[in-house]
Amino acid sequence: MKLTVNGETMQVTADPEMPLLWVLRDLLDIKGPKFGCGVGACGACTVLIDGEPMQSCSIGIGDVEGAVTTIEGLADGETLHPVQQAWIDHQVPQCGYCQAGQIMAAAALLEATPNPTDEEIDEAITNLCRCGTYPRIRAAIRQAARQQGA
Amino acid sequence: MGRALKYTRRAFLGLAAIGAGGLAVGYYYYRRPYPNPLPATAADGEAVFNPYVKISAAGAITLIAPRAEMGQGVQTTLAALVAEELDVSLDQVAVEHGPASSAYYNAAMLAEGGPFPVFDDSFMAEMARGAMGVVSKFLGLQVTGGSSAMVDGFEKMRVAGAAARHVLVQAAAEKWGVAAAGLTTADGVITNPATGATLGYGDVAAAAAALDPPSSPDLRPREAWKLLGKPQSRVEIREKVTGGRIFAIDVSLPDMLYGTVKMSPRFGAGPVSVDTAAALAIPGVVDIVELDTATGKGFGIVAENTWAAFKGAEALDVEWGEAPYPADSATIRKVLDAALDAEPSFEMGSVGDVEAAFADAPAEEVIEATYDAPYLAHATMEPMTAAARFNAGKLEIWTGTQAPGIVQMACASLLGIESEDVTVTTTHLGGGFGRRSEVDFTLYAAAIAARTNGRPVKVTWTREEDIRHDAYRPIARGRFCARVTPGTGLTALDMKIASPSPIKSVLGRTFPDLSPASDDKSVLDGAFNQPVTIANSRYQAAVADLSIPTGFWRSVGNSFNGFFHECFLDEAAEKAGQDPLDFRLSLMGDDRFRPAREALKAVADMAGWGTPRAAGRGIGIAHVLSFGTWVAQVVEVEIVDDTVRIDKVWCAADPGLVLDPEIFEAQMVSGIVYGLSQAIGQEITFEDGMVVEENFPDFPLMTLAQCPKIEVALLENSPRMGGAGEPGTPPAAPALANAIHAATGKRIRRLPLSHEIAFV
Ligand code: FES
Ligand code: FES
Repeated sequence: MKLTVNGETMQVTADPEMPLLWVLRDLLDIKGPKFGCGVGACGACTVLIDGEPMQSCSIGIGDVEGAVTTIEGLADGETLHPVQQAWIDHQVPQCGYCQAGQIMAAAALLEATPNPTDEEIDEAITNLCRCGTYPRIRAAIRQAARQQGA
Repeated sequence: MGRALKYTRRAFLGLAAIGAGGLAVGYYYYRRPYPNPLPATAADGEAVFNPYVKISAAGAITLIAPRAEMGQGVQTTLAALVAEELDVSLDQVAVEHGPASSAYYNAAMLAEGGPFPVFDDSFMAEMARGAMGVVSKFLGLQVTGGSSAMVDGFEKMRVAGAAARHVLVQAAAEKWGVAAAGLTTADGVITNPATGATLGYGDVAAAAAALDPPSSPDLRPREAWKLLGKPQSRVEIREKVTGGRIFAIDVSLPDMLYGTVKMSPRFGAGPVSVDTAAALAIPGVVDIVELDTATGKGFGIVAENTWAAFKGAEALDVEWGEAPYPADSATIRKVLDAALDAEPSFEMGSVGDVEAAFADAPAEEVIEATYDAPYLAHATMEPMTAAARFNAGKLEIWTGTQAPGIVQMACASLLGIESEDVTVTTTHLGGGFGRRSEVDFTLYAAAIAARTNGRPVKVTWTREEDIRHDAYRPIARGRFCARVTPGTGLTALDMKIASPSPIKSVLGRTFPDLSPASDDKSVLDGAFNQPVTIANSRYQAAVADLSIPTGFWRSVGNSFNGFFHECFLDEAAEKAGQDPLDFRLSLMGDDRFRPAREALKAVADMAGWGTPRAAGRGIGIAHVLSFGTWVAQVVEVEIVDDTVRIDKVWCAADPGLVLDPEIFEAQMVSGIVYGLSQAIGQEITFEDGMVVEENFPDFPLMTLAQCPKIEVALLENSPRMGGAGEPGTPPAAPALANAIHAATGKRIRRLPLSHEIAFV
């Protein structure tokens, strides 16, 4: 099977049912997407497939049609994505484990809705954070939105 | 059994003696410093100054922050303590956790283990604190817990930085042939103002490290601090926004196998029969290993990737033995009732004569209530994970642990090797909250690695395994009585709390040869040691005998007693016909309780406490002193269609001294979300001897959409330094329950509150 991840096309030999998450982590050594629940309930494993946020634990590799972007592919070289920069400015992460997923979900939201309302943020960011970084996530998304709009 | 384990055993006997009023720890051991572990690991040309500072000839500065980074920002603030005195900025240094070593023992963690409130500075209380510091050193326990890292590190990390700076300046002075006194430092450069000459720290590092450091160097006064007291960017922030490989689950070793575990879902039981055929038939599954350890019995599944291991675990067909405890939640609660009916196990902090105060009380002055709190899982975002390699009698472990030294001892004991032959590399932790002070996940990884012919194996638990095999926050049930005398107010309070002892549970599985001799104060924490004066008060523990594993869950006993105490005080205020804030303040007149009064007044101001809320809205207040930090919170709720929306939380916290306001604020917010999460819907229940809940859908975490706006103010009235990681949690649930009462008239005495009211 062929899989395009962060702009690179690779050959993967795996059971088509193997979740994209484990293909990325264990076969391709791309560790950004995290395992949190395995049942599509936490979003720690969020990646983009053709720009759409997708929980990589819940999609078999055989069903992946489109280019995959993980957190490793979000920055432009050394220049961080505006969402990543906003995350630093607001010192969002605590343990950090959920944050790759949060950032991917936020990047996808701002791509589709450059200036989201509170309700739109609520609806789009369903990723769980056990450390309770939600207020800072909200503030960082607003900042990134402002910067992208500027 | 390793040598370190024997030391530990003697030290616990010491602990027991302290419980009995004596001190049986050898002073000799106390005075002798632990050896510095850094020279053994230093790179060529790297000068080692002390266990916390290394500087290379090229000027690269490495600071050791030997506490687990689990999101609380501990490594950033510990590094800032050293950097402040070393006179370097944080972006000039690399920060490492460093090796597992007794040199990094936590002197403060046990300090508040005695039966004294933190505001008690009597001779006996101070004696006990001092003695616990000796015990901590004797144990050599490198542990992150008890919100104690800053209390422990405040002095010694600054001394480490100052001592290194002192000899660096001295070496420069010798090189220039001038007096050290006239030289200045800034950002890692030494300057001779007389000549304008400069030297980098690296230029003199080797010569400086050979000099004798001063034992008590001068420390900068607070007014001169450049880093401390100001927000610092977290040292690992870039890795955390770019998908850095910093967690145990990200470990990747040459020729590594992958694994998971399937442990007995009934604690203390083991397999009765097993059929491995279906599991071994899963493509990628390599082996099934039987596990028999102090923390659990079951199986390790070894595979070529984690997914195959998970599928293998699912396919493994096991019949498990019976549980050695009541099989369902209703029967478990009966054990608590029986404990409440029996004589108390011990009491702490009682004053006056409670029996007499109630004996002559007219019925209309007495209120009685029963409160409940369930077992809770930690549910760290990263499920339990450890990688291990066992080769030629030596074990290497890579894991996110709060207690690397205990991991060494426990794994050595399991494999029959010496502690010295176990190397622990502590990664970042994907959440801790007390869960990662347990050794179970490292024991299983070690046991599996012993069966893979020297190949490393990374063992990742499924979320289901993680939720169903925790060291749970203990279940608790309390029976309370108060006498409210018209005109006088609260004249008597009687609290009896039934709960299993987490200390007994932890020691039982971690140091099976030991039995704790002293009373487990955590059963009463958050009740007996609160800043209120009541003429007659009694706090009794009824330690329930239940063998379900319990442990340290963010704020431990304070997490349920805070709810009990602060909700019941609200009931008493209502009985007295008083405002809940005024009622509390009237009990806090003692001089020592000023931080509590100030915190309550500050939070009331922030929340506009006196301003009436619209119909359908309500505010509730609570104050809990835990881990030396005084925290008052107000919660505002809005009720729409009988459903609660938590609108806003205000918090005023007083840790005495705030070393990093941004990180401290984040810890308060985190603690509040953790406390509200459990209040609105978390509980661990039992059926057929097994935990029912298994993943986030049935053990829900608060979501972003549910999260209220949170405003935090930091105060510094307290004369002692307190912790950050835990004290934000206890007041959240009672403030919420009190707010719901204010809005609806409904008094909910059982957690989670969702048993009786719905939440958005
Ligand atoms: S791991 Fe994919 S949603 Fe939780
Ligand atoms: S930062 Fe720890 S789970 Fe979100």
